[in-house]
Amino acid sequence: MSILVDKNTRVICQGFTGKQGTFHSEQCIAYGTQVVGGVTPGRGGDQHLGRPVFDTVHDAVRATGANASMIYVPAGYAADAILEAADAGVELVVCITEGIPVNDMVRVKATLAGTGVKLVGPNCPGVITPGECKIGIMPGFIHKPGCIGIVSRSGTLTYETVFQTTNNGLGQSTCVGIGGDPVRGLNFVEVLQLFQDDPKTEGIIMVGEIGGSDEEAGAEFIKQHVTKPVVAYIAGVTAPPGKRMGHAGAVIAGGKGTAADKYSALEAAGVRTVKSPAELGAAMSEKLRGRR
Amino acid sequence: MNLHEYQAKEVFSAYGIPVPTGRVAATPDEAVAAAEALGGSIWVVKAQVHAGGRGKAGGVKLARDKDAVRAAAAAMLGTRLATKQTGPEGLPVEKVYVESGSAIDREIYLSLTLNREKGRIAMVGSAAGGMDIEEVAEHSPEKITKVDIHPAAGLQPYQCRRMAFALGFKGAQIAEFQKIAMSLYDLVVQKDAGLVEVNPLIVTKDGKLVALDAKINIDANAVFRQPELAKMRDTSQEDPMELKASEHDLNYVSLDGDIACMVNGAGLAMATMDLIKLHGGTPANFLDVGGGATAERVTAAFNLILSNPKVRAILVNIFGGIVRCDLIAEGVITAVKNVGVKVPVVVRLEGTNAEKAREMLAASGLKVTAAADLTDAAQKAVAAAR
Repeated sequence: MSILVDKNTRVICQGFTGKQGTFHSEQCIAYGTQVVGGVTPGRGGDQHLGRPVFDTVHDAVRATGANASMIYVPAGYAADAILEAADAGVELVVCITEGIPVNDMVRVKATLAGTGVKLVGPNCPGVITPGECKIGIMPGFIHKPGCIGIVSRSGTLTYETVFQTTNNGLGQSTCVGIGGDPVRGLNFVEVLQLFQDDPKTEGIIMVGEIGGSDEEAGAEFIKQHVTKPVVAYIAGVTAPPGKRMGHAGAVIAGGKGTAADKYSALEAAGVRTVKSPAELGAAMSEKLRGRR
Repeated sequence: MNLHEYQAKEVFSAYGIPVPTGRVAATPDEAVAAAEALGGSIWVVKAQVHAGGRGKAGGVKLARDKDAVRAAAAAMLGTRLATKQTGPEGLPVEKVYVESGSAIDREIYLSLTLNREKGRIAMVGSAAGGMDIEEVAEHSPEKITKVDIHPAAGLQPYQCRRMAFALGFKGAQIAEFQKIAMSLYDLVVQKDAGLVEVNPLIVTKDGKLVALDAKINIDANAVFRQPELAKMRDTSQEDPMELKASEHDLNYVSLDGDIACMVNGAGLAMATMDLIKLHGGTPANFLDVGGGATAERVTAAFNLILSNPKVRAILVNIFGGIVRCDLIAEGVITAVKNVGVKVPVVVRLEGTNAEKAREMLAASGLKVTAAADLTDAAQKAVAAAR
């Protein structure tokens, strides 16, 4: 078991024939992901990377039975691409694109509400179930099938966490990069629920950062519903207030969204927190040793 | 991207939102001419900087005659105004806004911004206007009213009425307020504003509603589709280092410390700063060189961080995923040679071809220290800066 994606996931790529779409689709195919086709409006009927190209997501889904889409289209068109995928009946939409205007994502979020479509991202590395399915831009080779669920707002910090849990032998059930934007699809709470319900996941690592209150919401959820051990790190203890730290969502606004607030919420929920990302893997090993 | 008050008021006017009449001036003479053109007998001279808290910092002056207008403009123009939002160095005042004085009965706070928890635009109002809204939120949250707006339906009349009654409006003011609120929401949606703040929205002595101050921030991700507003950018109000970084597509934030960081990925870049602090040092900056850390970008990044004279050591922290570490090592070697780096450089490279990269750094003969892992990197950088 795993969450969101597995060896049966059938993936199409939106923005398939572009530079990013081509490069990362190739990497995903090489990893073993079932990439069954792609969409580039106006290129329908072509073949690309040995897969069929379609004009619309509707065409692609009808012809290939795809149930997931990964999106690499430019920021100005990405919201439209997400909505197209959802409308075509794709169950899981993974949007890698960075820089989507906030108002576009407000519209997307309201439109997807209640449809059951799961959106991961935008501005994220994607989702991977090691050894089965990689949807996104993460380096596949650092992963190892295993028992840790990872959920993170940061791409490279996800890789750090993966690297540590691979090296200490735990491996990963599934890794979900939920993205660095203020308005996004799946959040900590939803992913924590999925990991809690997944029999293969034995422990959960949560990587948060300054801005917003999603980590606090996650902490509240953990307190009430999560029985598996959780280890967490929050980036941005040294970030100055009012400054956006790279990610559109990483900003302390009006004194809200500080790392200190997030740490105390998580600690109050019984989460093992670490002040250095280098300790995530070791802290998880320790937690699991106590249980096994 | 922030707009100046005078620019924000131009936008307000275009949306039919009432503002006092005013004119912008770049010299004391222009300020006097502005006052003459406006007429009347009382004016307000306001420093145009991208920061709040101007009043308390001496950036807003009441003038009862032309000499006072001249004196106020002369005292502000060409100086730097430090408010509690700017830090001690302040921001340059290159323009003042001369406005007709208003007879104020009471002051209201009104803003529209993203409610991150709901993923919707929220309208926030308080009868405690003219004050720091964050303080109001902390000490008397009951004085704040908030309505979340569904993007498909838009702002609804009942939401405006709810806000209007909460703010104590009566009679014709309710319809007047609704018109202003609806226009502000249209502005947020059509102009991609991340924040529109009116603090204060005043009720004049004769009962009219007027936006006495105006603040607009444009969503940085949407500036590309707002060409008219993009032209209003005033780079004199931006941190010079951050401005230079943006020209190279680098994400940079200036900090006070002496250990410069160069990292790929925003999360790892923040974590690197935190690690430096954790091990007893202080970071000089946040810098995300992005996923494609080419030799060119690494060189630009080195040039940037070295232009900060406080830097005593550099920590390069790269997790090479799709990007190969040996290519990054090559970039670092080229950059260190070309730029002539005089301070110690600690490099931690992990991921694809990391071993080869470490060998290349060792063989380069440069003053570059390779670090084994995250902790080692932070400790070595802190030691090097001492």
